Amino acid sequence: MHAINDRLIQLALLVLIFGGWQFGVTAGLIDPFFFPAPLDILKQIVAWIINPGFYKHVSITLSETVLGYVIGTALGVGAGVWLGLSRRTARILDPFIKTLNAIPRVVLAPIFVLWLGLGLWSKVALAVTLVFFVTFFNAMQGVREVNPVVLSNARVLGANRSALLRHVYFPAAASWILSSLRTSVGFAVVGAIIGEYLGSSAGLGYLISQAEGNFDAAGVFAGITVLAIFVLIIDSILDVVENRLITWRPKEGERPA
Amino acid sequence: MSVLARSVPPVSVERRPDPAKPMVEIADVTMAFGDFVAVENVNLNVGDGEFLTVVGPTGCGKSTILNAVAGLLKPAKGTVSIDGQRVTGTGGDIGYLFQQDALLPWKTALENVELGLMFRGVGAAERRAQAMDWLAKVGLAGFEGRYPQQLSGGQRKRVQMAQALITRPKVILMDEPFSALDIHTRHLMQNELLALWQEDRRAVVMITHDLEEAIALGDRVVVLAAGPRSRVIDSFEVDLSRPRDVAEIKLDTRFMELYRNIWASLRGEVEKSYARNK
Ligand SMILES: Nc1ncnc2c1ncn2[C@@H]1O[C@H](COP(=O)(O)OP(=O)(O)O)[C@@H](O)[C@H]1O
Ligand SMILES: [Mg+2]
Repeated sequence: MHAINDRLIQLALLVLIFGGWQFGVTAGLIDPFFFPAPLDILKQIVAWIINPGFYKHVSITLSETVLGYVIGTALGVGAGVWLGLSRRTARILDPFIKTLNAIPRVVLAPIFVLWLGLGLWSKVALAVTLVFFVTFFNAMQGVREVNPVVLSNARVLGANRSALLRHVYFPAAASWILSSLRTSVGFAVVGAIIGEYLGSSAGLGYLISQAEGNFDAAGVFAGITVLAIFVLIIDSILDVVENRLITWRPKEGERPA
Repeated sequence: MSVLARSVPPVSVERRPDPAKPMVEIADVTMAFGDFVAVENVNLNVGDGEFLTVVGPTGCGKSTILNAVAGLLKPAKGTVSIDGQRVTGTGGDIGYLFQQDALLPWKTALENVELGLMFRGVGAAERRAQAMDWLAKVGLAGFEGRYPQQLSGGQRKRVQMAQALITRPKVILMDEPFSALDIHTRHLMQNELLALWQEDRRAVVMITHDLEEAIALGDRVVVLAAGPRSRVIDSFEVDLSRPRDVAEIKLDTRFMELYRNIWASLRGEVEKSYARNK
C-alpha cells in the first residue's frame, strides 16, 4: 500500500516540476534560450530516437564506455589484488600512485588525442584512467581486510597460494570490487563523454557539443537526458549481476539472533 | 577413488593408537613477537591417541603454541614435529578447530566441509559424498545449502568441526573451541566431540581456560605459567575411565580431587597474570 502511495507521490512531483517548467516557459516567465521547454526537449529526443543515425552515436559512446570500463576494471582488480597482497611493493609504489591519481583526468584528454588520434581509443584511454583508480583502491582494501582467522583456516586446510587467491582473497574482495563497479560505471561514462566533447566526430558527447555550438539548448538538455537514461540502464544491469554474484550475503531478516 | 580417500581407514575399523609413540613433539620451543618473548623453552610431547588439554592464564601464549604446531607461526628457537616430521609450514596432516568463526562466509556449509578434501585433490563426487556424511555426523543433515550467516553459533561450530576432521588428520588442534557457546550447547558439543574422537582416537591438543572442561575431556592436563616467557609448569594424568559424560563426571570424587590439585597449581599463575595486567 505504502509502495503505491510513494509511486503516486513521485509521479505527482514529476508532473509538478515539468508542468511548472512548461507553464513558466509558455507564460514567458522562463527564458527558453537557457531553459528550453520540456516539450521541446522531448521533441528533440523523439526526433533522435526515430532517426537511425542517432544509434550510431549511442553505440559509439556505449562501446567507449564498456571498453573503458572493462579494461579499467580488469587492470584495477589485478593491480589492487597484487598490491594488496604485497605490502612492500605497495609501500614503494605508494607515492607514484598518489601522484598519478592526483592528476585531473581532463588534462590528459589532449595527450590521449595526440597519442591515439580522434577516434575511439583516446576516449577509452580517458575512461580507463578514471575507472582504474576507483577499482584499484577498492580491490586493494578488500584484499587487506580479509579476516585473518579465515585465512589461517584455509591455509591449515591445505590451500596453496593460488587456492588462497581463488577461494579466499577474490571472494573476500568481491563485495568491495562490486561496490566500486557501481561507482566506476559513472566514471566510465564521464571519461567517454568528456573525450568526445573535447574532440571527436561521433558519440553522445559530440551531439551535445554540436548542439552547444548552435546555441541549441534543447539539444544540450536532450543529450543530458539521454545520458542519464543511458547510465540508469547500465546501473540496473549491474544490479542484476551483483545479486547473481554475491549470493552469500545475508538478506535482511535472515540472520539468526 | 582418489589416493587419499583410499588411504583413509573406514570408520568401522578400530584404530589402535600406540601411546608410546609421540605424535606431536614440541622441543625447546621459544616463541617471540619482535622483542616480546611470549613462551620460552617449552617441551611437550603428545602420544598417539592422547587427548592433551592445556590450561593457563589469559595471554600466557596458549594460542601461540598451537599456531606453531599448525605451522602458522615459526618458533624463534626449537622445533615442532608431527609424527616425526618437522613442521615447516601449513598444509601438514592436522585439523585445527579455531576459537573464532573461521568458516569461509561465501561458501555453504557443504562447500566449507569439502575444502580440506578439495585442496588435497579429491574428486568432486567423492568429496561431496564424504562432506554430506560428515554434516550428518555432526547433526546438520539438511543444512548443507546454508551459508554460515544463516546458521546459529553452535551450528557454525559443528560445521567447523566437520571441516577440521573430514581429512582424518593425525593431530587435532583445538583453541578454546566452545568458549563462545552457552553452557548447555557446550555440554552437548563436548559429548559429541568425545564420541567422534573415540571413533578414531587421534592425538588431540586442546586449549581451554575452563579447568572443568580440561579435566572432563583430557587424558592429561598441562598447566602453563603466566606470561611473558611462559613455560610448562605442571602436568597431571587424568585417570578417569572412558567413555565419559562431561556433565556427570563433574560429580565424580576423583574429578573433584583432580580439580583441587590442578587449581592449586593454576591459581598462583592466574593471580600473577591478573596482577601484571591490572
Ligand atoms: N601477532 C602478535 N603480535 C604481538 N604480540 C602477540 C601477537 N599474538 C599474540 N601476542 C602476545 O603474545 C601473548 C600470548 O598470546 P596468546 O597466545 O594469544 O595467549 P593465549 O592464547 O594464552 O590467551 C600475549 O601477551 C599477546 O599479547
Ligand atoms: Mg588464545
